[in-house]
Amino acid sequence: MENKRLKLSNEQLKWETIFRRILIAMSILLVLIILGVLATLIVESMPSIKSLGIGFLWGKIWDPVSNVYGAYPFLVGTLLTSFIALIISVPFSYAIAIYLGEYNPKGWLSDLLKNAIELIAAVPSIIYGFWGLFVLVPIIRTFEMSIHVAPYGIGVFTSSLILAVMIIPYGASLGITLIRMVPSHLKEGAYALGATRFEVIRNVIMPYTRSGLFAGVLLSLGRALGETMAVTMLIGNTSAVADTLKNAIFGPGNTMASVIANEFTEADHTQYLSALIELGLVLFFVTVIINLIGKRIITKFTND
Amino acid sequence: MEAKIGFRNTKSAIFKGVIVFFAFLITVPLIIILGYIIKQGIFQVNWHFLTNVPAPVGETGGGIANALLGSFIMVMVAAVIAIPIGMAAGIYLSENPKTKLAYYSGLCVDILQGVPSIVVGIVVYFWVVKPLGTFSALSGSLALAIMMLPIVIRSTEQTLRLLPDSLKEAALSLGVPYHRVILKVIVPCGFAGILSGIMLSIARIIGETAPLLFTAFGNPYLSTSLTKPMESLPHLIFTYATSPYDDWHNLAWGASFILLMFVLILNIVTKLLTRKWKVQL
Amino acid sequence: MESTIVRAENYNAYFGDNHVVKDVNISINKHEVIAVMGPSGCGKTTFLRGINRMHELIPNATAKGKILLDDQNVYDMNAIYVRSKIGMVFQRPNPFPNLSIYENVVAGYLLNGIKISKADKDVIVEKSLTSAALWKEVKDSLHKKGTFLSGGQQQRLCIARAIAMQPELILFDEPTSALDPISTSSVEALFHELKENYTLIIVTHNMQQAARVSDRTAFFYMGELVEFDDTKQMFTNPSDQRTQNYITGRFS
Repeated sequence: MENKRLKLSNEQLKWETIFRRILIAMSILLVLIILGVLATLIVESMPSIKSLGIGFLWGKIWDPVSNVYGAYPFLVGTLLTSFIALIISVPFSYAIAIYLGEYNPKGWLSDLLKNAIELIAAVPSIIYGFWGLFVLVPIIRTFEMSIHVAPYGIGVFTSSLILAVMIIPYGASLGITLIRMVPSHLKEGAYALGATRFEVIRNVIMPYTRSGLFAGVLLSLGRALGETMAVTMLIGNTSAVADTLKNAIFGPGNTMASVIANEFTEADHTQYLSALIELGLVLFFVTVIINLIGKRIITKFTND
Repeated sequence: MEAKIGFRNTKSAIFKGVIVFFAFLITVPLIIILGYIIKQGIFQVNWHFLTNVPAPVGETGGGIANALLGSFIMVMVAAVIAIPIGMAAGIYLSENPKTKLAYYSGLCVDILQGVPSIVVGIVVYFWVVKPLGTFSALSGSLALAIMMLPIVIRSTEQTLRLLPDSLKEAALSLGVPYHRVILKVIVPCGFAGILSGIMLSIARIIGETAPLLFTAFGNPYLSTSLTKPMESLPHLIFTYATSPYDDWHNLAWGASFILLMFVLILNIVTKLLTRKWKVQL
Repeated sequence: MESTIVRAENYNAYFGDNHVVKDVNISINKHEVIAVMGPSGCGKTTFLRGINRMHELIPNATAKGKILLDDQNVYDMNAIYVRSKIGMVFQRPNPFPNLSIYENVVAGYLLNGIKISKADKDVIVEKSLTSAALWKEVKDSLHKKGTFLSGGQQQRLCIARAIAMQPELILFDEPTSALDPISTSSVEALFHELKENYTLIIVTHNMQQAARVSDRTAFFYMGELVEFDDTKQMFTNPSDQRTQNYITGRFS
């Protein structure tokens, strides 16, 4: 009986070591994946980086037929769609965060709204794009006619609208968490001085959560930058730079993600393909940096 | 003084009104969009629709069987890849939070969470599709697995972090080896949280299109081969929605309805299961 | 000599550079109830956890010297084996919340994948729960989870769980400090019955408890084993001034 137990323990010691090593290996695998992604992007965009250099970033012409590649149209498209989406979505995210974080954190109505937000986040982007294509585009077309711009229907503006809806849940859920973290003694102190609800929100909660909410904006931005399918279906896929801001917003365009989605399988020569990959590399860096900054701010905020 | 207070109170009430208005306004697009998808798609769905592949251009009828099967196979394979790796990494991160590996690995999880899905698709194209010489379901599954990883890892890590150390100590003091302590005590106690993370990650990837654009590509026929292209629900929706044919649009609506139902049901089931299986500590 | 069950020889324990247990030499006989007392931070719990090699599970924790269980140095043995031979009961009752009461008692076998017949398991469960004075109270709800039991009952369940492994030595780390007075006295009554079959080492910060339940008492102060003597002797006529100060409440 004793020997059996000892034998078992010896065997178990072996398995313990194997198990610990597997855990370590899987964690290392994660680092390898990221390094692999970065390496692949760099290696495959090398031809383009070498031949076009840094000017790629402000090159205004994207013409695969003549082998001229410039990222500027897509940088513009990406920034325009993301920022317009952000501007539209932020009031909603804030309102939801304040409502669910401060006014009504519990109860059936609050659960209903919470579920609605989760539902918005759960709907796949392809479905947003599909709906947008068939329902939103005609509406925008009519709207554009009424404000006397070219009635494309599709375009940067339409994509931004759908994008705004899609990113609201991210800012909202982060905002809820942050607002709930405001210590009650700060709020109570203000109430005790005779402040109204609005004044407490404006003068206590908002300043306290300011950096965290900014991080929420960054994370929403990161999400918007990487969004592909809905934007691809609604943005019109034009790689030319518009002449005025008005035309840029209400006309067709392309983002880095959408041009890759559209043209990747058509890229038949190395230059073309590697230019697209270089766009992917830029997209990778931009989204990763914005996300990491956002996450760092939040960790700092929650640790204080 | 009184007037001032009255004014401030009014301001506060107006503010609340504005907040409530904007907060609930968001339900409007949600209801409109969901309602439209259901309206357009629900009548497309019948037995024929679910068991046939799409008809060629010009012919009516056909269905989404290839996409249904394809999504199912690719998601299962992705889950088989991502769940063990994700749980193992999550366990490591929760058990060894202060090591250097935990710092860098955690950093990579954060990075991976932010990588756009199209970039994952590009990378897997070069890793699998180009060497194999063909689009394949395997490459699609790999891309989906990479997207699942951060969610599985973080939910495993966070669930296990919440468990008290006394649980581990009790088991270790009985002469239970570390791997059994983790696998037979810690993980079962955290099962609800881990499972919900897994199911949410699955709900996320069944709707992902971008990673499949140049990996699994698409396939008009029923296929179970991992080394050949495979259709999927979101990819079919993309292809057929952007086509000029009304018949194909109808297929896309029906597929959208099915996809939406899957995602909804997965989310609801996740909530119910987590509540039911949560271990009382 | 033959009745010595556990012996420490020049045992030292560290957390990183922090020298927490200093050069302890102690010899404990079978079927004794030993109380280990001392002020907070004196190293008594660290010493206890060194005996069943739980100490080294904390990152940066190291130990030097020998601890001999039946004349074998536990630090030369397989740690898992050592822990299976020594039972431990913790300050906060910690039954496994995902297992039933029945499964908790035989957890040492269940979690190790050791196959025993249902009949044998039933016997172990009944014997262990009886020895822990819990059988009557739970015999009709063996298949419920243990978390609905009171604190005292949970702690007795943990004792039953430790006994089920048939250890010779059971370590108790402040086992009643999280319990109410009634539960405390029910656990203390157990010590007296348990010593018939087991040797008990009980770390306690409650002097009166040490005086009540133990045969011999060890007094730790600032990592050192200051005095180890017959309990009556220790409390009425301690040999060391520090012990005297502790007992009279000069520090606690």
